[in-house]
Amino acid sequence: MAKSHNSDKAGAQRKEMVELARTIDKAGGGASELERLPVVVRGLSKRYGAVTAVDHISFTIEAGTTVALLGGNGAGKTTTIAMLLGLIQPSAGEVRVFGADMSRNRYDVAQRMNFQSPYVDLPARLTVRQNLVVYSGLYGVANAQERIASVAAHLQIDTLLDRPTGKLSAGQKTRVGLAKALLNAPELLLLDEPTASLDPDTADWIRHKLKDYARTRNATLLIASHNMAEVERLADRVILLQSGRIIEDGTPKALIESYGRATLEDVFLDVVRGRTAQRLDEEPDRKAS
Amino acid sequence: MSAPQAIERVEPVLLPPNGVSASLRRITALVRRYVYLLRSSGVRLVELIYWPFLQMLTWGFLQKYLAGTENAYAQTAGVLIGAVLLWDILFRSKIGFSTTFIEEMWSRNLGNLLTSPLRPYELVAALSLWSVIRLAVSMVPVAIAAFFIFGFNLLDLGLALAAFFFVLVLTSWSLGLIAAGVILRYGLGAEELAWSLAFLLLPLTCVYYPVSVLPEWLQYVALALPPTHVFEGMRAILLEHTFDATDLWWALGLNAVYLAVGYATFSWFLGSARENGTLLQLGE
Repeated sequence: MAKSHNSDKAGAQRKEMVELARTIDKAGGGASELERLPVVVRGLSKRYGAVTAVDHISFTIEAGTTVALLGGNGAGKTTTIAMLLGLIQPSAGEVRVFGADMSRNRYDVAQRMNFQSPYVDLPARLTVRQNLVVYSGLYGVANAQERIASVAAHLQIDTLLDRPTGKLSAGQKTRVGLAKALLNAPELLLLDEPTASLDPDTADWIRHKLKDYARTRNATLLIASHNMAEVERLADRVILLQSGRIIEDGTPKALIESYGRATLEDVFLDVVRGRTAQRLDEEPDRKAS
Repeated sequence: MSAPQAIERVEPVLLPPNGVSASLRRITALVRRYVYLLRSSGVRLVELIYWPFLQMLTWGFLQKYLAGTENAYAQTAGVLIGAVLLWDILFRSKIGFSTTFIEEMWSRNLGNLLTSPLRPYELVAALSLWSVIRLAVSMVPVAIAAFFIFGFNLLDLGLALAAFFFVLVLTSWSLGLIAAGVILRYGLGAEELAWSLAFLLLPLTCVYYPVSVLPEWLQYVALALPPTHVFEGMRAILLEHTFDATDLWWALGLNAVYLAVGYATFSWFLGSARENGTLLQLGE
């Protein structure tokens, strides 16, 4: 009964958020509306000299949703995530996280978010526990020892706590990186290729964990990935990027249907090869293939 | 992998992210990381003492040899060893600051730090504090060894020693900030700068000889550098038994300028690294 009540409430909240996002997309939104959305991106661009990595993209993300940024190499996924994190300064446009302008007021919301990426490591010489203690201090976790024990048990790294981080396998390191990212129970979790270089079993386990985390906490996840199966399983919504531009934005199911394909991977291949949903509609042969 | 446990048992209790106590907590967390790092390697600990100890031995024996000659300057006990020890305070503090920063890049940890609530000035404060702790670990045993081997007591410099120490450490932070900024912007390719920047000061700050030895135009350059006043002050105490505090006030004033320039340079390069996207490409 209580579960059904919670689920109704979450559904209503989500509907409200979607409406709010639409209002902001159309009208720009007021300050209070902006603060309620985890992510608002407007006219965001990043140029490096003559190269445009991200080209005037706009999107909003509602609380409690899992959104995947999908695209080939150089599509602008990592750059977009880095701008959301404040690691890269946009050339134009704005990024707001929980209403804070990430170019100027990143620290207002830094404690409410966290991230994990295979391109960033935790210090190899420190033990897992030492790394987690340090990051508990940085994120202001007062009950560090208890929280570390809890996250470690949850991610099944409790037996690894006193081992040097550098001596762990790729799968173990990913779980430790995720433990660091979950220490402060972030409302917004940014993940860059969360299951890169993992075996299918470990990757699937990580996906379950992320899904559980998003569901139980109504957390917002933004995932940059190449892995179509992962995106299909995890994401409520997919933003497809190509050459720094958003070319599709919808649920995995809607995208698959609009392209007349069986899987998201097929849709992705269509997109990177320059075929649009509309063109496929006009090409019945291709649709049938 | 076994079936995941769905619920975490302990919720994090999050402390307020703003204010002095939050800053101190983050600085402490980072210093703790450096303590863990030093504790993880006995070799690092030995290396901290090894180089200054060798320096002290070499110059100590040279001093001993010169003491047997007719040169009055050389005969004055401790001038060379004093110069070596004070130079090492500057050099080791600078190296401590820079290498600790580089360590974050080697370990590809900077992305984690810069996306956490840690402010850049807190990172700088942690690096500065750690450079002093490292310096103590490195220099205290060497200064004690200098006393037992050559009879040179650094404490003979009296209260001036504390002032000298302060001036040199402040200068080392300015240099460390500039080196860290350049490395942030240009990556580990610029790592050599971290090692070589302090050596630029070696001839100019007149560590082993008086300022009057330099050509007149170069004397102005030397006197614009805070450590020069320290080495001149040390020689005045040991050779003439006089101490002129005005020199030290000059040095402190100059340091304030250099520190402001150092932090501005670091901030500028950090901003430039954010502009150029180099923070994403940092690592070995």
